[in-house]
Amino acid sequence: MSRIQTTFAALKQQGKTALIPYITAGDPHPKHTVNLLHTLVANGADMIELGVPFSDPMADGPVIQRASERALVHKVGLTAVLEMVKTFRLSNQTTPIILMGYANPIEAIGPKAFADRAKAADVDGVITVDYPPEECGEFVQELRSRDIDPIFLLSPTTEPKRVDLIVSQASGFVYYVSLKGVTGAANLDIVEVSARVAAIRKKTSLPVGVGFGIRDAATAKATAAIADAVVVGSRMVQVIEASTDDNLLDNVAALMTELKTAVDAATKSI
Amino acid sequence: MQLYDMPDARGHFGQFGGTFVAETLVEALDELRMMYEKYRHDPVFLAEFAHDLKHFVGRPSPVYHAKRWSDKVGGAQIYLKREDLNHTGAHKINNTVGQALLAKRMGKPRVIAETGAGQHGVATATIAARMGLECVVYMGSEDIKRQAPNVFRMKLLGATVVPVESGSKTLKDALNEAMRDWVTNVHNTFYIIGTVAGPHPYPMMVRDFQAVVGVEAKIQMQEMVGRQPDAVVACVGGGSNAMGIFYPYIDVPNVRLIGVEAAGHGLETGMHAAPLTTNSPVGVLHGNRTYLMQDADGNIIETHSVSAGLDYPGVGPEHAWLKDIKRAEYVGITDDEAMAAFHGLCRTEGIIPALESSHALAHAEKMAKTMRKDEIILVNLSGRGDKDINTVAKLANITL
Repeated sequence: MSRIQTTFAALKQQGKTALIPYITAGDPHPKHTVNLLHTLVANGADMIELGVPFSDPMADGPVIQRASERALVHKVGLTAVLEMVKTFRLSNQTTPIILMGYANPIEAIGPKAFADRAKAADVDGVITVDYPPEECGEFVQELRSRDIDPIFLLSPTTEPKRVDLIVSQASGFVYYVSLKGVTGAANLDIVEVSARVAAIRKKTSLPVGVGFGIRDAATAKATAAIADAVVVGSRMVQVIEASTDDNLLDNVAALMTELKTAVDAATKSI
Repeated sequence: MQLYDMPDARGHFGQFGGTFVAETLVEALDELRMMYEKYRHDPVFLAEFAHDLKHFVGRPSPVYHAKRWSDKVGGAQIYLKREDLNHTGAHKINNTVGQALLAKRMGKPRVIAETGAGQHGVATATIAARMGLECVVYMGSEDIKRQAPNVFRMKLLGATVVPVESGSKTLKDALNEAMRDWVTNVHNTFYIIGTVAGPHPYPMMVRDFQAVVGVEAKIQMQEMVGRQPDAVVACVGGGSNAMGIFYPYIDVPNVRLIGVEAAGHGLETGMHAAPLTTNSPVGVLHGNRTYLMQDADGNIIETHSVSAGLDYPGVGPEHAWLKDIKRAEYVGITDDEAMAAFHGLCRTEGIIPALESSHALAHAEKMAKTMRKDEIILVNLSGRGDKDINTVAKLANITL
């Protein structure tokens, strides 16, 4: 069983929903990233999505675009991100790390070489925004043969037939993008999300994570009631952006505490 | 001889092309692909397209023998396909007419576009005004500065021009921003991509709408000189004017196809926009796999060209394919060489060419000198240079 699968299994036994914060590696400065990862874990992160900075983040809104730009000032690319994961693993061998990014940095290394290096760094899952299942069969095989979970996004516009295709390729969990648009856009419609998640569950036994539009305790709690995992990205990055070197870890810890309390307080309706 | 039949059903030209987009866009692209399949051979649709090209755009555009310039250069005879004479002043309008007709049939009341030099933005704003569609154009703030006349034209035509401040503030960033708009407004919005890039079916569809350039040229060359040219030369940024004139010639033997990229300050300086000429690595950007200017981490690097329309780090996937199968050749022309050709054509033929097209002219000039007087080069003069007068004045130290 992969680390992601083990984590979901343990949470399920406790009747809990996973909290997955997102940060962009190298934001606000590469010296902070490993400390931030440990802070997230210490304050309730069950898994972490670690963004790989990219020059052209087409699916991201302004908040995460700026995070990418801050990281790229310090030349934080995929190779540097894998080094950060290695360093994190020196003192944490339990929390799943999921890389999230775009296809081209992986293309630049090559799918097989990337899978080798991700395995060596002890990465658990990979989300590649612009690799739909039709275009990444070989990549999925390279990941799965190394017990790294390829995680795919499902959107409000995904047709039922495509859901079948996507869940046949995915492992670990599937990630339902709760609204049309880029990251950090408007608030989510929990009734619609709930119906969509229920429809996805009919097609797969994989855990279903929900992200995009979760910004506070209320939305986190509402989402936790219907999902197996709650992903918080832009809000986390906003807090990082608004912090100084001195209060960065405290501010992130405070937001995590707020979100964790909300997620744990949710009454599961699944 | 096997007839050229590309791309495959999912938009692949060999290893190039494809549909590399976020999940939210997959359904919109499926819908577009199905609608385009439905109409691309539909006689009523094609008749309407042909009607608009004739009466609104002013087609066919003439082929013109640049005799004085050919004599001055000394060598092959240079003929120009006069896309600069189209309504709005460039080839871009051919494609926007086609896509707008499709948008109408799909019931989308809003169109968006990205633009570099502003020609595609103007062409989109023009057809949107004519068809009563809401129009939003994304343009890098750097390009807004260097192409002010086109920004004004778009505003006169009722379009909203949104300055893009992210990244290098040029064409690629405008494309990113247009993609973000499309993801958000996919239910009511048609994205009119201006070049033969983007996810399938755009590279194929834009090529098909631009192929009228080559289809006409074949007939016109036959009428004028009784044969086809020895070489066809066109500039390549994303590559739509080049694909438009190359495509009908792909199966014609003995016609060399030559794409001219922007060598900027010189290929050796790294400050250029010539991914094919410099054998850049293959990667994925803006929905397709192609040759891309990038660093070791796979981040896209900044490009340079005097012409905003060529200032793009990638290239349409079909050009990548034509390079690999050696059906087309790709070369670079520097800013200075393009400027010299620009002035040459102005003074000897009374034609002010776009800086983009001046790259093709400069290479034709180089080639012509090595060829016999009875050989023929056909250049796609893709646009007129009125939009570039401020850039040229600045470079040539001319006070307006």
